[in-house]
Order: sequence, then C-alpha cells, then structure tokens
Amino acid sequence: MNLLLIIVSTALINNVVLSQFLGICSFLGVSRQVKTSASLGGAVIFVMTIASAVASLLYTFVLKPLDLDYLKTIVFILVIAALVQIVEMFLKKASPAIYKALGIFLPLITTNCAVLGVALTNVQNEYGLVESVIAGFGTALGYTVAIVLLASIRESLDEEAVPAPFRGAPLVLLAATLMAIAFMGFSGLSL
Amino acid sequence: MNPFIERIYNGLIKENPAMVLMLGMCPTLAVTTSATNGLGMGLSTMAVLIVSNVIISLLRKLIPDEVRLPAEIVIVASLVTIVELVTQAYIPALYSALGIFIPLIVVNCIILGRAEAFALKNPPLLSAFDGIGMGLGFTFALTVLGAIRELLGAGSIFGFQLLPESAAVGIFIKAPGAFLVLAFIVAVMNSLKVETRANEMVEDCDGCCASCASSKGCKDKKEGEA
Repeated sequence: MNLLLIIVSTALINNVVLSQFLGICSFLGVSRQVKTSASLGGAVIFVMTIASAVASLLYTFVLKPLDLDYLKTIVFILVIAALVQIVEMFLKKASPAIYKALGIFLPLITTNCAVLGVALTNVQNEYGLVESVIAGFGTALGYTVAIVLLASIRESLDEEAVPAPFRGAPLVLLAATLMAIAFMGFSGLSL
Repeated sequence: MNPFIERIYNGLIKENPAMVLMLGMCPTLAVTTSATNGLGMGLSTMAVLIVSNVIISLLRKLIPDEVRLPAEIVIVASLVTIVELVTQAYIPALYSALGIFIPLIVVNCIILGRAEAFALKNPPLLSAFDGIGMGLGFTFALTVLGAIRELLGAGSIFGFQLLPESAAVGIFIKAPGAFLVLAFIVAVMNSLKVETRANEMVEDCDGCCASCASSKGCKDKKEGEA
C-alpha cells in the first residue's frame, strides 16, 4: 500500500515538472508532437528507474558505510552520465527496435535535472532500494503524463489565431500554467 | 569599451542568461517564490560560476579534449558541494528554502555553458569577469521575478508588506504562478521586439541547450534524422 502511495504522490500530487520544476527544458522544448514526447517519456521512465536503483545501491552500500555522504552530488552526476552511455550501448546491441525509438533522446537525458533530482530526493526521504525504484518510476510516469498532455494541447493550438506577442513561448507557458493549476487539485488527495 | 566592463554589461543585459538566453529555467521558475529566495539562488549560482570559470580557465591547457566534459562536471560538482555545505552551516534558512536546487546547480546549463563557451578559450581574469557578469544577470533576473511574484502573491517585497494581504493573489507564489509570470514577461518582451531565445526554447531541444554541453546530443540527433 505504501508503495502505491509513493507512485500517486510522485506522479500526480508532486508532479515533477508542474510542481517541482525539474526537467523544464525538455518539457518545453520537446513537446511539439505527441509522438515524440511519448518516446521521450518512455526513455525517461527507462533511465530514471534504473538510475534510482543504481543511486540507491551506491548510497546505501558505498557512500553511507564509508561516511562519504557529502560526495553524493558528485558521485550521482557521474554515475548518471556513465549509466546513460551504458544503457545506450546496451540497447544498440540488444534491442535495435527500442534503440531506434528512444536512442536519440538518451544524450538529452544526461543533463535532465529531473534524474539527478530524483536520486537526491530519494536520499533525502531516506528511501530504501524498492521505494527508490518505485519513486523513480512514479516520477518518470508523472513526467510522461505531463509532457504528453502538453504536446496534445500544443497540437490543437497550432491552428488557432493567437495575438502576435503571445505566439510561441508565452502560449506554451500559459498552457503549462493551466495544467499546473489543474494538477494542484491533486494536492486535495489527503494521503 | 573596456573588455572587463563589456563582460559585465554582456551578462547583465545583452546576453542575460535567464531572460535572453533562457538558460537555467528550472531554478528560475522553482525558487522565485520570493525576492529573497531569488536573490539567494542567484548569488549561490554566481559563486559557483565565478570560481568554476576561473579554475577551468586556469586548467584550459591541461585538460585533454576527450575528457573535457567529465573534468568540467567534477570541478563544478565539487564547487557546488562546497556551496551546499557553506549555506547549510551559515545560512540554514536559505538552505531549507532552496532545498534540492542547491545541489542541482551542477546541472544548470549556465555553468557548463559558460565553461564551454568562454572559460575554455579565455584567460582567468577575463573569465572571472564573465562569471561576475553572467552571475549578476542571473541574480538580477531571479530577484526581479521573485519580487514580482512576491508582490502579487503575498503583497510584499523582501518581506516588507506593501499591499494589504487581502489584495494578494496566492496563486502567484504557487507553482502555476511561475509559468504565468514568465509567460507575460516573454509576451511583453515579444511586443517590445526584444530579441530573446524564448521562442526557440519551445521549438526544439536546441533552444534550451544550444550553448550547453548537451547541444552535441541535439546536433547528433538532427544529423541522425537528416
């Protein structure tokens, strides 16, 4: 039950982009089409779940016993960067189909602050391995929901006559505003 | 113009990282719930930026090109850890207000972007001034954004009550307010015909990471598609 709560809380109530403001770059930049944003979402789910597991293992079995807590930022960022490279190489060999769909987004994810953010939040919340993996998966799920929703809004906005100063970025930001207001409703779920 | 003063002007106005180049959007939106938080975030980022620019500039002839990025990331991450420990020890209120966004300075595009675009090609003193200029620009933008949101959302600026609390609209200091205020700022700049990268930011991944290390990934992607 507790694990279900973590998923609901990370995916909806504390949505990573709409209430935590992590991964804004790709949220605004890669949300032109539903299809591409869904692929990016898939890649984020994949990487974030694995990264949460690896970061949690490293923290519990290496950093904590050696009293090296304060190195976590340095260690996590390097591990995430290396991990993305390994995942990319592995997918290329093992599953060319998945690589073709997700591969182009993998380099983008290295600098996605959401991945590092989740790893650090998990440590802050003192999550164990299972909880970290679930939190990573839930956060990435929330990211995917948000970016796919924004992309579908943007697709239908394409045809509209918008006042000139609001064309482009302001309109996307306004769409994000309304989505953030809608997602605030989830905080009413008293868990 | 004196090249040092030119660097400051460039960072503060001409290439303001947050409002013109649209870099570092995550902290720009997340921590600007009050002018004080915006100022604190800006100063923490500026501290990291100045020192990282100087160190990377000093080491620019020693770092082999193949391991340039990992080396830069380790330097920046070490500096961020120092800033994190210092704020935790001496300014605990700021540390808890900014929370996870202090360690996340590591992945702020501005830091690696300036290392790649400036510090690797220029001498230390000039790089330090570039860091000061860009840092001031970022601090200025975050403080203004924080002040606007605090005034509208809580009726105060830097904690001084200017409007009656009944006139405040709470949503401005909540998450949606960040997107809303930025939307209007960009719209105003659009109508004043100020050239910004805001519209590129929403068109392609290049818009958010062009001057950043990750732009290589974006270019690979484009070539792959072509």
